[in-house]
Amino acid sequence: MTARATGERTLRGRVAVIGIGETNYYRHGASPDPEFKLALKAILAACNDAGLDPREIDGFSSYSDDRSDAARLAAALGIRRLSTTTMQWGGGGGGCCAAVANAAASIVAGLADCVVVFRSLAQGQYGRFGQAGGIGTISGERAYLMPYGVLAPPQRFAMRVRRYMHEHGVRQEAMQAIALASYHHAQSNPRAVMFGKPLDPEKYNASRWIAEPFHLFDCCMENDGAAAIILVPEERAGDFRNKPAYVLGAATGAGYRSGAMPHNSPQYASASFETLAPALYRMAGISPADVDVVQSYENFTGGVVMALAEHGFFKPEEANDFLVLDNLIAPSGRLPLNTSGGNLAECYMHGFELVIEAVRQIRGQSVNQVKRNDVAMVIGGPMVTPASNLLLGSGATL
Amino acid sequence: MSDTPRAAYLPEGLPSPVPENDGLSAPYWAGLQQNRLLVQRCPHCTTWQFGPEWLCHHCHSFDVEWTEVEPRGRIFSWERIWSPSHDALRGRGPYLAVLVELPHAGHVRMVGNLLGDPLQTITIGTDVEGVFEHHHDAVPRYSLLHWQAAG
Ligand SMILES: [Zn+2]
Repeated sequence: MTARATGERTLRGRVAVIGIGETNYYRHGASPDPEFKLALKAILAACNDAGLDPREIDGFSSYSDDRSDAARLAAALGIRRLSTTTMQWGGGGGGCCAAVANAAASIVAGLADCVVVFRSLAQGQYGRFGQAGGIGTISGERAYLMPYGVLAPPQRFAMRVRRYMHEHGVRQEAMQAIALASYHHAQSNPRAVMFGKPLDPEKYNASRWIAEPFHLFDCCMENDGAAAIILVPEERAGDFRNKPAYVLGAATGAGYRSGAMPHNSPQYASASFETLAPALYRMAGISPADVDVVQSYENFTGGVVMALAEHGFFKPEEANDFLVLDNLIAPSGRLPLNTSGGNLAECYMHGFELVIEAVRQIRGQSVNQVKRNDVAMVIGGPMVTPASNLLLGSGATL
Repeated sequence: MSDTPRAAYLPEGLPSPVPENDGLSAPYWAGLQQNRLLVQRCPHCTTWQFGPEWLCHHCHSFDVEWTEVEPRGRIFSWERIWSPSHDALRGRGPYLAVLVELPHAGHVRMVGNLLGDPLQTITIGTDVEGVFEHHHDAVPRYSLLHWQAAG
């Protein structure tokens, strides 16, 4: 793994994460603070973590139509010069890595010098993400679904996972293992909303069905909070308090007609990474065997099964053998997964808590620290279009 | 295919489907009200397309035509929904949604409910036929297309 020549079109080694910050994480609707205040708190926490004057920030990047407007943030923080403001298209967590990539690209292209990437959510203030109510008529994609009672996210994704299980013989236990891994890690993480609430196979199996094949514990939580990271050019990476985590690669988008609605994407039984995973490895110059730890967005556990297979960690037909709890836990499982508890058990910050956990692993600061920690992967938004992914590395990888 | 009056599969109160402001899907929804299933087909390259778009995704012709197809297909995937996510569905108990592919129309897929016992065993690949469900008293009026095992 070597640094690339200047002029080559890559993010590899050009940008570093030098600050991470988050608010307390709350059950949905339980935040004492409004959403914009949460965003400010997370950004200031990231600045404090870095040892950076917030006025040096000159750009903002977010996703999923974040309501904390970049111009208002810049004014509220007294930022002297606003240089880049990017919003990744797409809902949910498909953009949690793309927002980092867009910020990194702004820096590499010379548009900005110090960019905050963030997500803020207060569902008590704005209503629950997954609930559909109070709508009289509906058009577009949802018109083909909602009148049939296919309304909420679990109902919109269960058939994709069912088809994948059918095509590859994946069993319920593979999904269960992903839920168990997230809950296992959350028990060591006092930040986690599910800290002190362990999960075992009996409890998983006894939990109610939301939409078959999803039990309650296959579905992400809904939470309030905010999370932020700060990116600077590689040449400034050493100027701050903490060990830098370098962007090794990122990719966003999806394959051929992935967005064909309703449910008409050619690669239906897919998490949308068939083009993104090769692009990510190509940019980073590594292979799946080089990845030490993975944070993979769990909207639903079935999406994680698909996403991990598409990133080459196992073949779909090997999912039942690979996806067992021992393989998925820190410090030394074959592929430690969602080591903070993830969307299922730490906090559903639309995956941005996963980006922060990847940085902690590179720094060696996770409460579930893995033994090998030079390369950390984040996978955002399985089954949505556009999806995204990200590889972070220590200085030793450059 | 049958069109006998029957109770709606799901309770009233869910959102009613209407065409977009630009009218793209209007022929599809109008067709359902006349017991006709219409799917876009490109007369230039014979590509089928659903949901609708203003042009053919294969040859980029804007002349895509709405073509009537037999409402029959086979189950491509399914889900049994237990948790209500709309007030109209509270207390309704489990219900079934299926994704049906239409092999005779370019394997386009559409979502509907599977009629019959909500606890029935479902096998992917099962042949199904369409059942039109009319909501003539709704404002605006609309119709849906459900599925049942082919007889
Ligand atoms: Zn054509």
